[in-house]
Amino acid sequence: MDVNKGRVVKGINFKELKDAGNPAILAKRYSEEGADELVFLDITAAEEHREIMKNIVKKVASVINIPFTVGGGIKKLEDARNILLSGADRVSINTAAVINPDLIQELMSIFGRQCIVVALDVSRNYGKGGKNIFSKDGKNYWFEIKTYGGKKSTLIDAIEWAKKVEKLGAGEILLTSIDADGTENGYDIELLNAICNRINIPVIASGGCGSKEDILKVFEKTQVDAALAASLFHFKRASLNEVKEYLHKNNILIRL
Amino acid sequence: MIRIAIFDYGAGNIFSLKSSLKRNGANVSVINDFNDVIENLDGLILPGVGNFDPALLSVYKCKRKFLNYIEKNIPILGICLGMEMLFEKSEEGNLEGLKIIKGEVVSLPKSLIKIPHIGWNNLEIVNGKSKLFEGIPNNSWVYFVHSYYTVPEEISIITARTNYGISIPACIEKNNIFCTQFHPEKSSEIGERMMKNFIKICTQSK
Repeated sequence: MDVNKGRVVKGINFKELKDAGNPAILAKRYSEEGADELVFLDITAAEEHREIMKNIVKKVASVINIPFTVGGGIKKLEDARNILLSGADRVSINTAAVINPDLIQELMSIFGRQCIVVALDVSRNYGKGGKNIFSKDGKNYWFEIKTYGGKKSTLIDAIEWAKKVEKLGAGEILLTSIDADGTENGYDIELLNAICNRINIPVIASGGCGSKEDILKVFEKTQVDAALAASLFHFKRASLNEVKEYLHKNNILIRL
Repeated sequence: MIRIAIFDYGAGNIFSLKSSLKRNGANVSVINDFNDVIENLDGLILPGVGNFDPALLSVYKCKRKFLNYIEKNIPILGICLGMEMLFEKSEEGNLEGLKIIKGEVVSLPKSLIKIPHIGWNNLEIVNGKSKLFEGIPNNSWVYFVHSYYTVPEEISIITARTNYGISIPACIEKNNIFCTQFHPEKSSEIGERMMKNFIKICTQSK
């Protein structure tokens, strides 16, 4: 759930935000319908330099009994502590980790590795600067880390960054493809493989899911540990139960 | 009303645990010391989020009183790190554990699997008589988040196992101490049932 000013929203390529509902109501529905985990990202927090709305986190956490990751605007140890004390199981950091990589280590040493998710917002850069170059249709590109909700270029190579955050103590990577986000054309298999094959901590695939077939495909074609979907469920194109039954029938080990 | 305290190491989410206990009818207090409260408690929970050494330091501050509490045989639920702390030592930290359960805590095998282990796994119940498992079917899914696991000296205290690359203890039980490597407060209806069972255990021990 991407949250903007207290409402769940969904955009395309991180833009054109559409309203998708009240976070606590949606969270309860998903928890009851069999979601294995919820991710709650205050998408404007980093951008506007304000702290996340703790009350929403509390409201959501008091009505669900499944794991819950919260990110957005976590800049220092105290921010993370506040979020965790409000009911989150894990904190996700993105922009703050790029600005101050030592924050990962600091959080890890206090809260434990499993508590720290580093979110990577990634898009293809067709210019110079990357270390790991890919090519398709005669064009060369590399995967670049973006910050501030996908708006700011960092010139950091995503593969190198993923390896670094693993070393610094990240417990999990939430890997979002900005190129695929909201397109509903499927996950960014190329990006997911590029990262998964080089690190040994769990990866959550995010961005691009438009159908249950997309979810099956991401588990068949990559080594990701979890798949995140937003629009698919927010706009009721599929139910969690339907998706899980489908995966189970196709031999994906999943909680029913 | 059943009075249960959650010991707060100051390093993690205890809000969910508190919400879960409240939903299931317990009166919950959050403590960071054992002053005054021991006489009034029906149960204690050592929660599961944090890092071994800092969490232990917060218990060391009041270790003698904590041990007094254990001697009274009041039910204790140790979740994840709260389970690991009861052992003699852990590869996660340099400090001595609470040494209430013999054995040690070791890292999951780095070469075999992804660490931390984050996700849902099946519970293989090996001792169906445990009161914690009342109404819990074998192979139920429960939620794990951990990098270390326990190796108890006495195998007989293991009541459930799970397989994450290797077979590890998922639950242990000794006297009135109940431990889960997974997080019942995060394990949907199955976890909710276990929380209910623990509250019932507290009621019966009163």
